[in-house]
Order: sequence, then structure tokens, then C-alpha cells
Amino acid sequence: MLQCVLLSVAFGETVALDSVDLNVPDGEVVAVMGPSGCGKTTLLRAVAGLQPLDGGTITWDGRNLKAVPPHERGFGFMFQDYALFPHLSVGGNVAFGLRMQGVDGRRREDRVRNVLDTVGLAGYEHRPIHELSGGEQQRVALARTLAPSPRLILLDEPIGALDRALREDLTAEMHSIFAKLEVTALYVTHDRDEAFAMADTVVVMDRGSVVRQGAPQDLWDDPRHEFVARMLGFGSPHPAVVTNGLADFGWATTEVALPDGTQLVVVPPQAIRIVADGPLRGLVTKSAFASGRYTTEFEIGTATLSATSPHRFAPGDPISFRIEPQQILAVDD
Amino acid sequence: MDGHPSLNRIGGIALVAIPLAFLGYFFVYPLLTVLVTGFWADGRIDLDPIATVLGRSALLNVAWFTLWQALASTLLTLLIALPAASVMARYEFPGKRLVRAAIVIPFVLPTVVVGSAFLALLGPDGPLRLDLRQTVWAILIAHVFFNYSIVVRTVSTYWERIDPSLAEAAQMLGAGKVQTFWRITLPMLRPAIASAASLVFLFTFTSFGIILILGGLEHATIEVEIWRQATGLINFEVAAALALLQILGISLTLFAYSRYQERRAVQFTHQAHARPFTSTTRVERWRIAANIVLMLALLGTPILVLIERSLRSTDGYSLGAYRDLGTRIEGLAAPATTAIWNSARFAAVATMLAVAIGLAAATVIAYRRGWLSRSFDALLMLPLGTSAVTLGFGFLLALDSPVDLRSSLWIIPIAHAMVAIPFVVRTAVPVMRSVRHRLREAAATLGAPPNRVWREIDLPLVARAGLIGAGFAFAVSLGEFGATSFLALPSNPTLPTAIFRLLSRPGAESFTGAMALSTILMAATAVTILLIERLRTDSLEDF
Repeated sequence: MLQCVLLSVAFGETVALDSVDLNVPDGEVVAVMGPSGCGKTTLLRAVAGLQPLDGGTITWDGRNLKAVPPHERGFGFMFQDYALFPHLSVGGNVAFGLRMQGVDGRRREDRVRNVLDTVGLAGYEHRPIHELSGGEQQRVALARTLAPSPRLILLDEPIGALDRALREDLTAEMHSIFAKLEVTALYVTHDRDEAFAMADTVVVMDRGSVVRQGAPQDLWDDPRHEFVARMLGFGSPHPAVVTNGLADFGWATTEVALPDGTQLVVVPPQAIRIVADGPLRGLVTKSAFASGRYTTEFEIGTATLSATSPHRFAPGDPISFRIEPQQILAVDD
Repeated sequence: MDGHPSLNRIGGIALVAIPLAFLGYFFVYPLLTVLVTGFWADGRIDLDPIATVLGRSALLNVAWFTLWQALASTLLTLLIALPAASVMARYEFPGKRLVRAAIVIPFVLPTVVVGSAFLALLGPDGPLRLDLRQTVWAILIAHVFFNYSIVVRTVSTYWERIDPSLAEAAQMLGAGKVQTFWRITLPMLRPAIASAASLVFLFTFTSFGIILILGGLEHATIEVEIWRQATGLINFEVAAALALLQILGISLTLFAYSRYQERRAVQFTHQAHARPFTSTTRVERWRIAANIVLMLALLGTPILVLIERSLRSTDGYSLGAYRDLGTRIEGLAAPATTAIWNSARFAAVATMLAVAIGLAAATVIAYRRGWLSRSFDALLMLPLGTSAVTLGFGFLLALDSPVDLRSSLWIIPIAHAMVAIPFVVRTAVPVMRSVRHRLREAAATLGAPPNRVWREIDLPLVARAGLIGAGFAFAVSLGEFGATSFLALPSNPTLPTAIFRLLSRPGAESFTGAMALSTILMAATAVTILLIERLRTDSLEDF
């Protein structure tokens, strides 16, 4: 099990990691999610030993890794740009880690064949790297990382460079490979769907700090922080005064399942039901096709809300809707 | 013309014809004459000169010495320069740009200046107080000094563009620092090392000025022996046979190198921009500092000693040697100022010739496609693979009819232009090609007609490439010694031939005079090169 306690890294004036705590239990996939520059790659490199720490400790099964150089940690690292060795063939790349472990001859060949088979590249041993497509390169990088059976796999945006359709396929495939091999992994991405699909636990980072961590479902049901709500695509928060289960937003009053008092709440798309004669009315600003449905934004008073609709609206169309009280969430700023 | 709509037909023909005529008369014809002299007599093939060379053990020794000193120089240079290349590639440190510019200086210094500097440094009165003159060691050390920057520059630019995550990936797969270097970094560097090594080998294989000045009578390369046979012993047949041997050696090296590059053409995507890092640990800082100090000591000492010796007189330091340049120094048929004046005007003429012909040829190579472009490219690189001594010898043999050009002063700038043209072409072609077609299309969609496109988009870039090429041509001409040693009359010396003449005479006065002239030549070359560097650093790649 990987344990990180109070990790800190600064580059000159810039704080990349600020007292980060993080655990990766055996057999689990933990995804670190955040915008670029939030420190997630630095965290990954620090765990790998490629980035010296300014403070904090990293331990594996209770053993401090401070004095252990990267090549002795027994961790695998999958780079965003794959970092495949251009002077070696596919087989040479996959065999590299095994050679470093002193695995020879038949056993090495068998293992290479096996791993290439696992990632769907059986028979690719002798292909040169530069002849591969982006998706194939990604698979070779994955095979190379898996081959030496590392006790922890670190992945830095491993499919970020690929196009969308390929990304979805590979996410599903990696998830099933990881589940089958019971891999322990720390997975860094900026993509919400990718993180949710891969991880047992999602860690949200912002400006060098961990904002929230939990199971994907827990985060979805209760983002708790404005930043997390935004990362999940729940929109901006609105101030509201709640009295006896009624929230007054200024632009509307609606039922909520929240305690009394003044608070910040988000109204995510899934809270809005577009109905023919709903109690609330707004004016559509834009409507765009996305994944089989339409994402429609509309204004109501001073607020802008977003909802999914089965058909397209024209800008300026009136829209009538209601809000599901259970789906309205309170957040901190 | 297909690649370029704005050049009309007549202009196109002139662009092909002028370089072709110049190259034909001043390169191919003299070289063929050398061939014929070595191979042909009384209307039939004559193998006597070759047999003479192969039969005489003294001449075979020359060939053997040429080979092994070149190999030893190459290995020694690699050994000393590779650690510096690693530091330059991997670390960012204050003053790096300056160091990078400074290490080029030895390579662009004229060989005669390098010879003078090491004569001062390794002579009995040098600061080291050991006399290495006329030993192989002096030659090897001077060769390392001269070629050091080729290895550092070639290897470090290649190295810093190797993605650092490759080494990190190897580490994450369990490779230690040493294993990472041997299995990842070194194999990836091999093409750069091979290309630097073959350049160093070529330069040292054809070394002339340095050997002539430092090697004394005992040490001669083929290049030196051609010159001795032709000018001292007036034995043209043997000299021509030696030139053949020389051309054979050069061709074999180039052939082996191109085969090697083809065989292991590893395609890998370089990073667009280098990202060296600032060191953090104390050990690394010490390593960088030690390397820089060593680098500057190795490169700076000979230059400083040269300047110091030019100022030394019987009673302390003075500018006496410089003041005496206007008067006749013993051993020179003309005042040294004549040599300065000759070098300046020859360089000016050579530069104009080289730029005009080089740019014409570059236009054909860059804008035409197919066989014409390729064969022109190959033809214009030939002078690079031919030694200057062979060229000078060819001029001496061939250019006596229909007009005897040999006694004309024009012959020297023409020879210099011939040596400089490949540099101009090499500078201009990539720039011309780098003007991406997309830019021209963009200009056209914005309403620019073809001629206007050329003027607004191509010309500004090509003009700069022309200026850089002119700088190279000027520097090459200032320092050219191999061909000039055949062509310059004692009464009309250039700076290098005057320096050589002074160095081959005994006496403190001529020695100090040679040091002063070398210092002037060095300064002129350095200024030219620094101007070029300034033009180059305004990154042309951005276009």
C-alpha cells in the first residue's frame, strides 16, 4: 500500500504540491483529477522518485522510500507521450524492464508475448516503433509498463493524446485489464469521464492541494466544494436563502432538501426537468447536440442554467421547467 | 519552374548555366587535369606514378601516418569533447550562450593561426616549458583543439533534443544511471557521434597547415606531401598520384559514413524545443563548473599565449611587432601590410563570387525538384570532399591555357570562392526550403500576386541567408591556406602565406612578426564569425 503524507514541492515561487495526503490501497485504482497546473503530474513524479520532495514522506508498506532511487522502487510509469525507445522494436521496448530484472531467454520471450497478447498486439514483437499508430503506441507503452509486474503503476494522462472514440475504447479496455490483473495504480487525468470510469477512488486537486476524495458515486452525489462541482460540470453556484424547505434565489423560489440559512447551492443539469407547463420559465441562449441529446443553456433572471433536452431549442425560445428538490446540492466556496 | 512560378525561363537557364560553367572550369577541369597527370602519359594509361608511390617506402609511410594520426586525433577529440557535450546538453547555467558561442572560435580559426598558437604554447619559450615541436603530440593536441567544437556542438544539440522522459522511462523500468546511459542514451546518440567523428576524421586526414607548421620535416600527411612534391621537388606525376590516393581515402570515408547512416536510420521525433534543466544538487554544480573551466582553459590558453607572444619583445612587452608591420620584415618579400591588404581585397572578391554563384545554385536546388535539383546538390558538395591542396595543385597544372590565369591576381579569390561555395549553398538551401508553401498560399489568398509573394515572403529570409553565407565565405577566404600556398607569389602574399613564411625562418623577429600577423588574422576571423552568430541566433526556424 502506498501512503503519502504531507507532500510538498515548490518550483521557485510556485507551489506545485502543498501538504498533500494520499493513500493507494493494494489492488485499487486511484485517479487524481484536476485542471492542468494543479500539481497532479508533480505528485505522480514525486511518487516515482523522479521529482525530489521539499517536504513530506512517501512509504510503501510502511517503508520510507526517501533513499530509494526510481529504478529500485519497483513502480511502473506510463508517460503521457509514451516515451517509447525509438531505437528498439516493440518487443525490445516491452522486454526492457524484464532485462533489467535479469529475466532471460525463454521466460522473457514468453512474458513479452503474453503481455502483448493482453493488450491486443499479439505478433507485434518485431515492428519498429515509428510504424505504429497512436493507439498502437499507447498499447505498447501499456505493455511495457505491465511486463515487469510492477507493484504500483503510475499513469500520467495515458490516453490524453488520442482522439475521443479511441479514448473511450481504451479506457474500457484498460479498466478490464487492470481488474483482471488486480493492478494497484495511481492514474492522473484532467478528464472527468476517464477518472470515473477507471477509478475506485477519485481525488480532486486544485492549485497543489487535495480538495476532495471519495468513490465516484459519493463525489457525484455530494461534490461538497464549488470547485469539485465545476469539475463535474454542475455549473456555477448560486446564493440562496433557505426557510422551511423553500429556497429563495432571487430569480426563483423552489423546494429544496436543505437546512435553513443562507448558503451556496448548485443546480446541476440532472436537477432540471424540462416540462410543458413547469412552474419556472426561462429564455434559451444556446442549444448544442451532445451524445444523442441536446445541451441547452437558458437564462432565468440573473442566473444561467444548463439542462439536457431531447430536442434543439432556438436562441430566444421560451422554456419551462421544474427543479428536483433532491438534486440541489449545497457547496462551500 | 515547377516549384516556383515567378522565375521565368531565361532566368532559370542562367541560374543553372552560371554555376555549372564556373564549377566546370574552376573545379572539374583542374581536378581532371590532376587525374590525367597521375594516370596518363603519351596517349595511354600510365601506372608508373602510382607504382612509384606504392613502391617507395617513404611515401607509404606518409599514407600510414596520415591514417593513424587521423584515427588517433578523432578518438582523442571524442574522448575529451563528449563529457563537455553532456554538460552543454543537459544543464542550464549562467553564461551558457556565451560558452556556446566561444567554443566555436577554435574551429573557425585559420589552420595557420592554430599552428602559430601551438608553436608558441608548446615551444621552448612557452608557459609549459616543454618543447613538443615536431612531435606527434603537438599535432594531436592541436587537432583536438581545432575539432573539439564540432563534437560538442553536433552531439549536444542532438542530445538536448532527446526527450528526457526516455531516460526516466528506462529508470522506471529498473535501469540504473549507468545502464540508462549505455542502453538508451548512447544508442540514441550514435548517429550524432558518427557524424561528428567522420567530420573530424576527414579534417584531420586532410590536415595541412597544422602539420606543416607543427610537424617539422619528419611528419607529413598525404596533403603535405602533395605540396612538397609539387612545389619543392617539382615532381608533378608523383604529386598527382598522391592526390588520387587522397581522393580515394576521402571517398571511402564518405561512402562508409553514408552507408552507416542509411543502415541505422532510426526515425524518432525530436522535441521541437530543447528543455535542459537547471541543476539542483551541489555535485552537479561542481561537475558543470569543472567542465566549463576545463573547456575554457583548453580553448583559451593557446589563444592567450599567441597574443602574449605577439607582444613580447627583447625588453619587456611592447606593440613593436605591430608597428613594424609596415616595414619590410626579414624573410618577407613585401611589407606585412601588403599581406593584410591582399587578404582583405581577395576576401571581398571571393565573397561576392561565392554568394552570387552559391545563391544561384541554391535557388535551383531549393525550388526545382527531381534529378536536376539532386544532381546539382551533389555536384556542389564535391568541393567539400576535395582537399584545398588538391584544388590549388589542379589550378597550377590546368589554368595556363587558353589564358594563363596562374599569374593573375584573380586566381586566388576564384580558388577561395570555390572552397566557400558549398558553405553558401548549405546555408541558403534549408532557409529557402523552410519557407513553407503554406505561407506563400496564405499571402496569395491575401491578394499578393506571385512576384509580390516572392518579394514579401521569400526575399527577406533569403537575404539573411545570403548575408550569413557571405560571412562564412569571407572567413573561409581570410584563412584559406591549402590552395593559396600554390597560388600566392612571394611578392604578393596573403596573411596565411606570410605567416607561414615567417614561421619557417629562424629568429625572434620573424617569430614575433608571425605572432602579430596571426593575432590580426584571428581577430578578423573572430569578428566575422561573431557577426554571423548574431544573425543566426535570430532564430530562422520560426518561419
